[in-house]
Amino acid sequence: MNFFLTIILDGLIQASWLFIVALGLTLVFGVLKILNIAHGSFYALGAYIAATAVTMVAARGLPPSVGFVAMLLSVTLIASAVGLLLERGLLKMFYGRDEVVLLLVTYAVFLILEDVTKLIWGVNPIYATQPYELFGNLEFAGLYYVGYDLVLIPISAMVGFAIWFGLNRTVIGKIVLAVIHNEEMSVSMGVRVNRVYAIAFAFGVLLAALAGALTAPKISMQPGLSSDVIILSFAIVVIGGLGSVEGAAVGAILVGLARAASVHLMPQAELFMIYLIMAAVLMFRPEGLFKRETARRI
Amino acid sequence: MDRLWRTNRAVLFASVAATSLGLAVPASAQETFKLGIVTFLSGPAADSFGVPARNGAQFVIDQLNKGSVPSPYEKVGFGGMKIEPVIIDENGGATKQVQELRNLYQRDNVDVVLGYISSGDCLAVAPIAEELKKMLVLMDCGTPRIFEEAKYNYVFRTAAHATMDNVGLVRYMKAKNIKMESLSAINQDYAWGQDSRADFVAAAQQLYPNVKVQTDLLPKYGAGQYGTEISALVGAGSDVVYSSLWGGDLQAFILQSVPRGLSKRSQLVFSAADHVLPPLGDKMPDGTILGARGAYGLMSQKSPLNDWLFKGYEAANGVYPVQAAYRSTQSILGLKAAVEKAMSKNGGKKPSTDEMVAAMTGLEWPSPGGLIQMKLADGHQAIQPIAFSRTKYNPDLKRVDLVDIEYFAAECVNPPPGVKSIDWIKGGMQGAKCN
Repeated sequence: MNFFLTIILDGLIQASWLFIVALGLTLVFGVLKILNIAHGSFYALGAYIAATAVTMVAARGLPPSVGFVAMLLSVTLIASAVGLLLERGLLKMFYGRDEVVLLLVTYAVFLILEDVTKLIWGVNPIYATQPYELFGNLEFAGLYYVGYDLVLIPISAMVGFAIWFGLNRTVIGKIVLAVIHNEEMSVSMGVRVNRVYAIAFAFGVLLAALAGALTAPKISMQPGLSSDVIILSFAIVVIGGLGSVEGAAVGAILVGLARAASVHLMPQAELFMIYLIMAAVLMFRPEGLFKRETARRI
Repeated sequence: MDRLWRTNRAVLFASVAATSLGLAVPASAQETFKLGIVTFLSGPAADSFGVPARNGAQFVIDQLNKGSVPSPYEKVGFGGMKIEPVIIDENGGATKQVQELRNLYQRDNVDVVLGYISSGDCLAVAPIAEELKKMLVLMDCGTPRIFEEAKYNYVFRTAAHATMDNVGLVRYMKAKNIKMESLSAINQDYAWGQDSRADFVAAAQQLYPNVKVQTDLLPKYGAGQYGTEISALVGAGSDVVYSSLWGGDLQAFILQSVPRGLSKRSQLVFSAADHVLPPLGDKMPDGTILGARGAYGLMSQKSPLNDWLFKGYEAANGVYPVQAAYRSTQSILGLKAAVEKAMSKNGGKKPSTDEMVAAMTGLEWPSPGGLIQMKLADGHQAIQPIAFSRTKYNPDLKRVDLVDIEYFAAECVNPPPGVKSIDWIKGGMQGAKCN
């Protein structure tokens, strides 16, 4: 029994931060119809910004809790600004072009951001572990878990709920949904679609950066961080259905549990298992588990 | 006027004759030795291996060019020729390295290429040097497969391969009466991780015949997050957890596993972990058993050569040298010994590639980490002594000290010539000379 509880808990911890990254990716695709290759770079950017904030706070002798708050605040401010700047300054110029062009533009942004992070933070691993000790350790299913890892689960659930609530229960959210479902009709009803695009893209960047910040205290930040994350995030949104919040949640949980189960039961199949699930979903539901099929407009 | 013309004509004829007949002309002080150096300057391996290797190489080249290295390396540069390094980043994968190696030989016209940390890169570049008939000195990579699966004339490795690390580690554990009825392992899923794991498990089964392998994990290189793996390792509760993880991966694994009590439940043994001691400091759990792939750094033995490297490197870089710096140093000193041996046989002129290859084959030379002997692979693969120890944090010096240090002779932990490492281990490590 404990063994299966361990797999579930490990899977949920893994799913928690992956869900936040995938949520940003799926939101941007849902609204802007852009498959954002640079999404993993925003995750890495968030992790690096968080590390800098935590290091600066620690250097002033302040407690780790201040570092935790500082990393969240700094990431929110910088990532939102970067998101808005990129959307208004770059992506806006390519709207209406072929989707492949936009894909290439985000790929270019990915390459640029890879080098920008190297220029700013260098190529050596960076650590910011102080907040990792913030919540102590807890015993569960006969094993010790770091409290910080467990706290990520409710944080991620809260972020997911906030996005769902924002989209489905607020006026702004309903406007965003209107743009997702029918852009032309939204424009004719007086919706400023460009503004919705900017807000949605900035939110997407913020979510990726937030996930990076939340994982920063437990990893070593080094070049190459972004590519692994973007591959896993794509797998999640493909499983859940591009543009679906619920799909991102279920996709993240499936990927997290599949990975945890294979590490515990069949370590050789760890990577294969994730893509096996993705292939199985694509075979039976090519549009993903949660994406609604839409009628083709004539 | 006539006399001047006759003199000039004589000089001209002499020069042409000397050039055309290839007469021995001693290497002049102005002549340089162009040395290609390949090491990680960026990427995950840069901090722990690539940059210390570059710093070690830079230090020893500066010292050699000034003639400031202790005996027997007092001579300036390589046989009087100043060393001119061309340093290349190893980051970017094996395909890129193959092209970079060709560029070094054919575009930059380097005399010798020395370097490579990644086992994958070493496996990829060795056949290229052989094809081009250019001398290649591998300084760091660990996989035994380089010379066990192929035969090379122009390729050398001046450091022992990973078999020594794992056989030595098991011998150390036996010598210190470490209990190991059960064993779990976590290694990276590529040549280095898989070969290290195979050697350690095989050696453990020889010296601990009843050992049971429990959890055996192979996360991908650069995984960074090990939460699930740590659950599996803690859950297994093995007597010993073995790992050949290195660099950022090893640091992340330690940072994540210590709060979860892995080091309290199992004896941690790391085959190549000395390089993470300076960055981790008090985050490294006391009592961890580790190796450095040689008798290096805090485990090095006192000698004039070691004092020169340890103090000089520390003064130049603000941190003491770890394994990669030692290996780049011993590699350059070995090449110097080979070049000067070749020059002693050819009348003191700059040696050709074939002359250097002949001189390097089977060579022995003293290094800060002990005597290096090119005894395996028909004189192309080095063996050397190794040390292991336990960690103990020193709050006064604010650094991790290494205690319980034990040294093993090269021929105790390396296979004899002509035998594949894994076969030697599985055959009971016959012929090992341990005192």
